[in-house]
Amino acid sequence: MGNYEGNGIPPIGSVNKKGQVYTDPNELFFLSPRTQAFLTGSEVIKEAVKRASVDFSVAYPITPQSEASSLVGELYADGYVGDYMRGESEFAVMGQCAGGAFGGARVFTTTAGPGTLRAFENFPMWAGSRLPIQVVFTVRGVNSPLSIQPDTLEIAFMLETGMLLWHAETAQDLYDYILKGYIVAEKPEVHLPIGVICDGFFVTHTKDMVMLTPENKVLPHYNPYASPVTCMDMESPPVRLMRDPFVMKSNYISYMTHASWQLEIRAAIERSRKHTIQLLDGLIEVENPDADILIVGSGTAVSQGREAIRLFRDQGMKVGLVKIKTIRPFPYEEIKQATKNAQHIFVPEFNIAGWLAREIKATIERNERVIAGPHVAGGMTMPPEVIVEEIEKSLALRGKKEVIHG
Amino acid sequence: MKTRMNIRMSGLGGQGVVTSAHIMAMAASKENKFAISNPFFGAEKRMAPAESYVRIGPERIYDRGELVYPHIVMIFHPQVITMGKSYTMPFFSGIKQNGIVIINDDIDLLSDTEKEELEKLNVLVYYVPATKMAHDIAGTELSTNMAMIGSVAGLTQVVGMEALDLALQDRFGKKYVASGGTATLDEAIKKKFAKKEMLLQKNLDTIKVAYDQAIDFAKTRHFVSENM
Repeated sequence: MGNYEGNGIPPIGSVNKKGQVYTDPNELFFLSPRTQAFLTGSEVIKEAVKRASVDFSVAYPITPQSEASSLVGELYADGYVGDYMRGESEFAVMGQCAGGAFGGARVFTTTAGPGTLRAFENFPMWAGSRLPIQVVFTVRGVNSPLSIQPDTLEIAFMLETGMLLWHAETAQDLYDYILKGYIVAEKPEVHLPIGVICDGFFVTHTKDMVMLTPENKVLPHYNPYASPVTCMDMESPPVRLMRDPFVMKSNYISYMTHASWQLEIRAAIERSRKHTIQLLDGLIEVENPDADILIVGSGTAVSQGREAIRLFRDQGMKVGLVKIKTIRPFPYEEIKQATKNAQHIFVPEFNIAGWLAREIKATIERNERVIAGPHVAGGMTMPPEVIVEEIEKSLALRGKKEVIHG
Repeated sequence: MKTRMNIRMSGLGGQGVVTSAHIMAMAASKENKFAISNPFFGAEKRMAPAESYVRIGPERIYDRGELVYPHIVMIFHPQVITMGKSYTMPFFSGIKQNGIVIINDDIDLLSDTEKEELEKLNVLVYYVPATKMAHDIAGTELSTNMAMIGSVAGLTQVVGMEALDLALQDRFGKKYVASGGTATLDEAIKKKFAKKEMLLQKNLDTIKVAYDQAIDFAKTRHFVSENM
């Protein structure tokens, strides 16, 4: 965690103004007793932020994250968050977050759907500037006609921003990913923004059981001196590069600087793998990997997939599951391994485009095994019965019905 | 409880449909059952269609989102049926064999075709004047949802009175932050009662009357929920 001596960063074991103890992350995540709570996803965000030693948060309302951002405001009022303000728009919010992070603060914000797209220019800027800001995206529909309901199309836009992207399946994931996300994102060799994604309504507005870490233990204070780039120094990168961009010189060096810096961002994402694997117990979770039929998904699609597997089980059929926890870094090797025995790989998604199926097709060998779907969009639900029906229909079309029944 | 019970609640914005699902799920979790609840609505406004879903069962529940195949459909407002203020048409779309429909009214709202369809599925239709009950017992129509909760709990025994009492205390007994609209309604209902304890007691009384009435009904009809 770096050397905290003499730089004004409160050391592990010391106490913040609310009496919470700065705790070693491994102790906090794996050794501290947990207590059960029955909460909505929005309340879970509040509970995580309360324990995340957040210096600065900016809020702007948009369904379905408005409750969460207002709850973070309550935390500020109670003294659990260093500073808090309301932005003029999502674009302003993300710019203000950048300002806070450039100044060496641990920053938290939330947005969703149209808010994400409105703020978009900032995300690759954050990554290029190596700002380990955390955004919780409570994803919702982005297309016209307007929908405030869950839809994961928004994630497709985020794929190449250079941010780490983790997709929570449940409220429990959401809680753990928010806290663990800071630890990975702030590693000096990573030091990138992180989007912790959860599906709007399906997680934010759903009341579910969550195991919480103790209220009196918090993440270590962020150490801006461990950043791989200087914070807010006008004469060195990344601020120097923005203030006086090489592109103005339009020469070979300007292209090389841009390209090499982008490669470095990608390399930093790669370097996050080992830390993420340790904290999340792998980038994927696998159930019944030897089954002929696999369901591969992320977010709520995994939950619905689990229920479909239960229905298949009741019929005496074994269907496997691969849960993808991190979209960036994408678990290429893990997915290749987990799918190597499967004959039929279904990718249910809560969007019309099927971007996750495309990622998987680009990853595995014999990718004709991948069947993109079922798909729902615009807030439609995906009942497990529909997944079962779609799988049976597709298998019949493939003329492989005998495979599953016998 | 051997198998999962899926409950779909359809009502209008402001009636406490979302709160009802949360209270039911919370009560089930107080009895160490597995439960999950979530709402569905458009832009928040009173009298607009609002739905919520609660799933209760003996094992961990992952299923979320709009409930397409419910065992129980609860109609909090006659307009859900008469004006089609529902996310599904008809309002009982997808209901399972031997299911239950609970309607807040004391007059018959169903067409002959609808009755036929429900009969084919052996669905029980239970009318309860929940709003009237709320007026009579709690002195405000804002307790309509309490009478609806009491009815479903009494008919199915999916949760008991003690657990409902605990869930009610969780929801209204301490500081609770919800969306702007819900927070406003919370404030409105708190003003109706001199003290918070009074609010809890009146709401609990409303649940209890509806609960007992539903139990009596179940007895007289020799009704046994197929879902239990």
